[in-house]
Amino acid sequence: MNGDISVAPLPRAEQAPESTAAAAIVALVGNPNCGKTALFNALTGSRQKVANYPGVTVEKKTGQFTTPAGRAIKVVDLPGTYSLRARSPDEEITRDAVLGRLATEAVPDLIVCVADASNLRLALRLVLELKHVGRPLLLSLNMMDIARKRGIEIDIDRLSAALGIPVVSSVAVRRGGTDGLLAELDRALDRRLQAGVSDWHAPNASELRSGQREADRLLRLAVRSEGRLDPGTAKADALLLHPVAGLVILLAILFVMFQAVFAWARPLMDAISDGFTWFGALVGEAPLPEILRSFLKDGVIAGVGSVIVFLPQITILFFFILLLEDLGYMARAAFLMDKIMGGAGLHGRAFIPLLSSFACAIPGIMATRVIDDRRDRLTTILVAPLMTCSARIPVYTLIISAFIPDRQVWGVVGLQGLVMFGLYAVGIVGALVVSFIAKRLFWRTNAGEPFMLELPDYKIPQLKSLLLGVWARALAFLKRAGTTILSMMILIWVLASFPQPPDGATGPAINYSLAAMIGNAIAPLTHPLGFNWQINVALVPGMAAREVAVGALGTIYSIDGGESAADKIGQVLSGQWSLATALAFLAWYIFAPQCASTLAVIRRETGSWKWMAVTFFYMLALAYAAAFAVFQVASALGAG
Amino acid sequence: MPDQTIISHRTLPLGEARVGFRGRIVALDMHSADGAGLPGPELERRLIELGFVEGATVELLHQGLFGGDPIAVRVAGTTIALRRREAMAVSVAPMKTPS
Ligand SMILES: Nc1nc2c(ncn2[C@@H]2O[C@H](COP(=O)(O)OP(=O)(O)O)[C@@H](O)[C@H]2O)c(=O)[nH]1
Repeated sequence: MNGDISVAPLPRAEQAPESTAAAAIVALVGNPNCGKTALFNALTGSRQKVANYPGVTVEKKTGQFTTPAGRAIKVVDLPGTYSLRARSPDEEITRDAVLGRLATEAVPDLIVCVADASNLRLALRLVLELKHVGRPLLLSLNMMDIARKRGIEIDIDRLSAALGIPVVSSVAVRRGGTDGLLAELDRALDRRLQAGVSDWHAPNASELRSGQREADRLLRLAVRSEGRLDPGTAKADALLLHPVAGLVILLAILFVMFQAVFAWARPLMDAISDGFTWFGALVGEAPLPEILRSFLKDGVIAGVGSVIVFLPQITILFFFILLLEDLGYMARAAFLMDKIMGGAGLHGRAFIPLLSSFACAIPGIMATRVIDDRRDRLTTILVAPLMTCSARIPVYTLIISAFIPDRQVWGVVGLQGLVMFGLYAVGIVGALVVSFIAKRLFWRTNAGEPFMLELPDYKIPQLKSLLLGVWARALAFLKRAGTTILSMMILIWVLASFPQPPDGATGPAINYSLAAMIGNAIAPLTHPLGFNWQINVALVPGMAAREVAVGALGTIYSIDGGESAADKIGQVLSGQWSLATALAFLAWYIFAPQCASTLAVIRRETGSWKWMAVTFFYMLALAYAAAFAVFQVASALGAG
Repeated sequence: MPDQTIISHRTLPLGEARVGFRGRIVALDMHSADGAGLPGPELERRLIELGFVEGATVELLHQGLFGGDPIAVRVAGTTIALRRREAMAVSVAPMKTPS
């Protein structure tokens, strides 16, 4: 492990002109949970961009900032890894970016290895491996505040001398915590180091072993540590990882999460809904041609309004998911769930993608990249859309508040919340059963990818980065509401408004529209499910995004004579649908592949139409069977 | 049993240790982990990348409800969760003194 390659101060005078104008490129590399995201946020603030690497779906996070010396820097946040020996698409990106092998990306001028100062052992081995790449390298000991508090003393000069690279400390979550890093960036880039020769190759076991030995030697040399487990983490884990109590607490957390999504969002939702009703009424009075007025009021405002009204719930859900992640609890949840998931043929790591799928299947499916094994990954992708995503919440909320009485059971729990919980539970059980079957049907195997995961110390999450994350998700949802959903709402309005009824027609205008024709055409198929033609009509645009069905029902029924806010839709529905129909509709929505974007992501992530088709048809079959069973049973029990 | 010469009679696979066990890693032996989900050489590399090398101290901190699986192991300052069938590859000797 000798390698002063990266500090050899070779002047680069001849090549200098091009680099004065262009921003220097700095790549962040590090173990998972080292605080890389926090550091990236601290450096770039809001000046960051999330995109994809071309051809693959690995998230590419870049940002810009200027150093105190005025140097423009473009920083790339690479996926966390323990080694450049890539085992997943994410880690391949990290490897190729570091090695400068990505055709579309400029070669980094400087690699910053981020390490958790309170947990240096594995990071030091990675640093030693990175040195073989031969590029200018800098080590940032992040979370220095935590290390200090735990009595871990690091002799930075000694470590730097032993490693032969600059070493700085940083505290990503504190104002001024990156000053030292920024200054060192300037110094390192001033030196205009030129990349040495890379002699990196994927290390074999004995090279890894001697690398870790060397890292352990450096650790003894430069770090005086109590080496003890973080007392707070130990205390918390005694409870949170307790075989029984841990599982109970996990379930309780999930339950609270869903109750909160249902209850806390209420006042905000009411306000938004009232706002749109008021605005619609205002436009309804405007001196415009009748058809334009109807388009604006019933098509655009009502349609968008009845979707945006669910923004509070989506925000709360994402807040919880990001909070658990930043706390360090997500890895624990995977630990607690591994055996249960494993019994169903899923990997413990699938828990994180599947939990994210509660917010939206799209990030969830993309998050399956943390699963190295292809089969485990495919199984997870296949069942991820069965997790109750936030787009189903509008539909569930609407039907539940219209048909399920708002009263308490057992004194404390709301019946509506309980039904909601039940819907989530059915989705989860469905996913477990499907993956169990898939494992045996497609793979005929039991041995899967090993479950190996670091359990990071618990951290106090940083409100700012939490809010940044929630904000990004809320924006994405709004963008969807503003584009896909709005255009679908307009399409629905057109379908429901044209052709206009003939003169002297007696029934409601929509009875003469294209929508009615489509609804009637598929009626024989959905009749056994108790669906009427209005539902049939709403299902078609619901393919664009599940929540569109709510706005669609609103459009269909409001043109039918009612109002458009979610509450009003509910009132209309409770008058027009039987309880059996409503329950069948809910059952349909648990399973139906009602989301074109999810299918598109599956196609992209698996690289095959086959898996997209498999997903679509198995979900359709499940949805039909479930709705059929629910409607027939409920009707037989007298709810028809 | 693998290579008896380097493993003292007191060693055991980490996969069979109980909660509270404290010891030192004596060897990585892929033959003891036949049930693992990975071929031996790959499993060995991953174990090393997560810090399981000869000489490192280990302590078994937690285990799951069903079959005591998976386990959470403190390996020289880092906590790693893994299943027992992969932990079978890690041969450990108990330490007497809980510091
Ligand atoms: N006290 C402290 N917490 C930090 C620091 N850097 C990150 N964190 C916290 O550590 C947790 C994980 O950080 P994150 O950036 O998500 O880790 P990543 O997995 O490497 O991206 C978050 O709760 C952060 O707020 C630091 O320097 N000091």
